[in-house]
Amino acid sequence: MLKKFSASLLLVMAAMMVHGTGWAAEAVVTDTGTTSWMLTSTALVLLMVPGLAMFYGGLVRTKNVIGTMMHSFGAMVVIGVLWPMLGYSLSFGPSILGGLVGWDSKYFMLQGIDDTIMSTQIPEYVFAMFQGKFAIITPALIAGAFAERVNFKGYLVFIALWCILVYSPICHWVWAADGFLFNLGAMGAIDFAGGTVVHISSGVTALVAALYLGARRGYPRNVMHPSNLVMTLMGAGLLWVGWFGFNAGSAIASNLATARALTVTQMAAAAGAFTWMVVEFLHHGKATSLGVASGILAGLVAITPAAGVVQPLGAFALGAIAAVVCYLAIMLKGKLGYDDSLDAFGVHGIGGIVGAICLTFFIRPSWMADAATKVGGSWTVWQQLGVQATAVGVTIVYAAAVSLVLLFIVEKTIGLRISENDEMSGLDHSMHGEQGYGLINPN
Amino acid sequence: MKLITAIIQPDRLDHVREALIQADITRITVSRVTGHGRQEDIEFYRGQKIAPNLIPKVRLDIAVNDQFVDITVDTIVKSARHGAGGAIGDGKIFITTMDECVRIRTNERGGSAI
Repeated sequence: MLKKFSASLLLVMAAMMVHGTGWAAEAVVTDTGTTSWMLTSTALVLLMVPGLAMFYGGLVRTKNVIGTMMHSFGAMVVIGVLWPMLGYSLSFGPSILGGLVGWDSKYFMLQGIDDTIMSTQIPEYVFAMFQGKFAIITPALIAGAFAERVNFKGYLVFIALWCILVYSPICHWVWAADGFLFNLGAMGAIDFAGGTVVHISSGVTALVAALYLGARRGYPRNVMHPSNLVMTLMGAGLLWVGWFGFNAGSAIASNLATARALTVTQMAAAAGAFTWMVVEFLHHGKATSLGVASGILAGLVAITPAAGVVQPLGAFALGAIAAVVCYLAIMLKGKLGYDDSLDAFGVHGIGGIVGAICLTFFIRPSWMADAATKVGGSWTVWQQLGVQATAVGVTIVYAAAVSLVLLFIVEKTIGLRISENDEMSGLDHSMHGEQGYGLINPN
Repeated sequence: MKLITAIIQPDRLDHVREALIQADITRITVSRVTGHGRQEDIEFYRGQKIAPNLIPKVRLDIAVNDQFVDITVDTIVKSARHGAGGAIGDGKIFITTMDECVRIRTNERGGSAI
């Protein structure tokens, strides 16, 4: 039906061209199927933000639950304003400054896209909003590293600057049509849904922030119990559900590629959780709920860059490898003694790196064949590994360096680390003048 | 033997707890309670300033032998205050005579069971 329609439209177009009316730009029409799925995906990715708020909120002490959840909601608010204003243009505008970022003034406040239908047959508004959700959740992930000890105002300024100076440039390099990592090697660095852009960038920043701001008062001497693992599990569940929009939506289509992404996402999440559970059984004799939640996330993070290119077997492998490596990384954190409070680096940073590098060994043969054809000869796994390593390396170095400067500036001007007194009182009281839990036991 | 019951502001719990540990008073029971006081608690609910009827507080129950009463009370007073001069709502301390104390594990009685 749709095919017939486009065919007849093409005929009309051809007739118009003959008559010399150059309406070529208007040729693309909205595909309702694709648009519906992309609208759904956009909503699903936004659902991950309250999911993350619940996941992180359940892991902190009762006096910090509102403050921690507000880190996620704060990102929804600040980036929600910033993205249509600057972020979309900086990320997806044509390259400026030698390709450092993009910019097109017609994207400012999304003014110029009121009538635009993209070549993927969806309105550009949908694409801009879909991408905006990624920009929201990414800085919110960082908050896990410095939970329970930052000033709310300083945090908001930090994520705003981070969105402009770290997220948007990396997003431009990896996903914009003229980004340098998008065009590296035969068919670009593979980052289907944000292994580098979202998880490595936020994970590395998390590590830098945890090191720069220092540990929470009393860490690691005092045990800091999660306030509500029930909420954490519900959050992990919402993240898993939302991730179908995150990964399958990143196909910007509603077809075979979407189905592939959805399938491997489901399998990697399950494999990650399963592996983590087995490791805990072997190591401690008990499987914890937090372990299962962490395994789900490790699997989801690892499959994120790979969802477009790996087959189910690869998804299993990536989920399992990520779970083992993240588990070891979190154990190592205990040994090294830095306070990445909610393991933003341990899960997102490490999981992202594992996914972006290891995916190389599980790419479907047809992709490699296409890559070989494109360079007019052969394209080996090792060549692609070089491309992947470059993308990962560039992301790590850039995110770490710029984030350190931003942390320094915010700390010295507005203040990011809160006073000892405020930290003891808890963020809920000192930052928001509220309390999260009614009569639940204090800890 | 005395039972010291202190009603304090929730945001001072960690301050008091740490000060008590510093003073070697380590056996305490903590619960969340609500009550009426003279204080008008200021909270924001959807942008509106509200003064709820029942105000959340934290209650500490500490059983001590007589010679530890002063240090316990002084420590709580010092650490539970907001600012140098204190503020309305900082709480109260009740001291009651305690007839008996039993350690369940050993069935020990009296001062040594505390």
